[in-house]
Amino acid sequence: MKILVPVKRVIDYNVHIRVREDGSGVETQDVRMSMNPFDEIAMEAALRLRESGAAAEVIGVSIGGEAVQDVLRTSLAMGADRALRIDLAEAPEPLAVARLLEQVVRRESVQLAILGKQAIDGDSNQVGQMLAALLDWPQATFASDIEIEGTEIRVTREIDGGLQTVAAELPAVVTADLRLNEPRFVKLPAIMRAKKQPIATLKAEDLGVDTSPRAEVLRVSRPPERTPGIRVADVDELVEKLRFEAEVI
Amino acid sequence: MTVRTLVIDTSAKGEVEKSTRSAITAATGIGGAVDILVLGPCDETREMSLRQISGVSRILVLGVEGDSPLMAEDLAPVLVDLLGWYSHVLAASTSFGKDLLPRLAALADIQMVSEVIAIEGPDTFVRPIYAGNALATVRVRQSRQILSIRSTAFKACEVTGGESTLERLPSLKPRHRTRQTGLQLMEQNDRPTLESASTVISGGKALGSGENFRILESLASELGAAIGASRAAVDLGFAPNDLQVGQTGKVVAPDLYIAVGISGAIQHLAGMLESRVIVAINKDPDAPIFNVADYGLVGDLFEVVPELTQRIAAQRAESISGASPA
Repeated sequence: MKILVPVKRVIDYNVHIRVREDGSGVETQDVRMSMNPFDEIAMEAALRLRESGAAAEVIGVSIGGEAVQDVLRTSLAMGADRALRIDLAEAPEPLAVARLLEQVVRRESVQLAILGKQAIDGDSNQVGQMLAALLDWPQATFASDIEIEGTEIRVTREIDGGLQTVAAELPAVVTADLRLNEPRFVKLPAIMRAKKQPIATLKAEDLGVDTSPRAEVLRVSRPPERTPGIRVADVDELVEKLRFEAEVI
Repeated sequence: MTVRTLVIDTSAKGEVEKSTRSAITAATGIGGAVDILVLGPCDETREMSLRQISGVSRILVLGVEGDSPLMAEDLAPVLVDLLGWYSHVLAASTSFGKDLLPRLAALADIQMVSEVIAIEGPDTFVRPIYAGNALATVRVRQSRQILSIRSTAFKACEVTGGESTLERLPSLKPRHRTRQTGLQLMEQNDRPTLESASTVISGGKALGSGENFRILESLASELGAAIGASRAAVDLGFAPNDLQVGQTGKVVAPDLYIAVGISGAIQHLAGMLESRVIVAINKDPDAPIFNVADYGLVGDLFEVVPELTQRIAAQRAESISGASPA
């Protein structure tokens, strides 16, 4: 079984986000970039399935210019068997991403796609579900546990108010939630080795997908800031304020 | 195209949930008629409460054959057939809504817009990106729109004054390619859920252990509050996953949010910054949580929380005796 894991290059989750003054977007110049944390979890899950013998091959795929090669190298260093870049100058919208991935799934005869539940830049939480729709495959989103049993995949899903376990027929799409696993620490020799491994490139237009955007970003702004309030001296003052000033208790 | 909006009700059971009522408010804001789609067996309580919502023209009920829970993959192809009637399709961004809407959108060749917090026009929407550290205003040019609604950003509509009609659609036949094999719901303890509570008390790393975390329970009972946790507290095993408030957990906006022993990482702030009144209790006077708190109390939580619990209990007793005839 082949597993496909799409990985996105995003602003590192530890970086403080700066909104450009002119409202055109978020500053990405000279900012530390890394693999979307949820994609790292997805990659780890795929690698563990291969290591347990449930899968034969793990393919990492990313969409973008040459810059995205660094997250593909991270995938290889983690242990992915192959890396594939879909060459595209502009970052496509979720539906176009899903359409590009659909083509890769079909070409590579992938039987399981594991994706991060969302990318921490756009926070859309769409691509996995869209990919499943385009392929007409079962989907199991927000996974906190994955197991392969014969021709089925068993997934524990984090839903509002608790956990749901589902069994889905393969092929299927799974999206990874935060607590699925803790991604492995990549060691230096693996990073060095990954630098020499080849990264295959596909042109987006060769996949026959229209990636032109539908949404126009009119402006990006800073959220309204909350101003710090006051310090209270003790519990008595706190209760007093909550009762008579804020009127919330 | 005439504006006509369908709101998919994602309520679990019983009466219509606050999240759906917020989505209805968002739908009313677009203008035009609003219909509501109810999934699964619509029990009488829900039917009653839905028909009482003003501004709704039709309630559509889509039943399901058998008693298995609805899966997005079975639902989406059926909903595609309904899309032709509507300019906008909305659902609250609950885990059910987030699972379903993108699947529907892809089948219909629509680029959906997630977690909408404001609607500026029929095709112009505001949504948080980068964990709420930036807001993007987007205009989407397409024949119809699919939006998931961040319910904390819209006031829940009142359940009153409605006069809608009710229609039952042909029942859905699940394909059973995906089936539920287990369901483990969080114990409710008669407390409100995180998303619906008007008061939320969250604990962080400083609680120190799962056992210590229980110190929040009596305070929550006194205030009728839901209990939440920071990601650090969840990662350390002090509290279960589904209590997590933050970018990767639940987004809440209660009237009163009390952060106990929470430093205030951006991750956590993204989940509670829209609360009306924020209280922070922390030993560290430099904790970033104080920058967003309306009332900050620097102190040892193991002293402050029991004292606060006692004071509120005493106040409640006082107001009860004060209200009774002398």
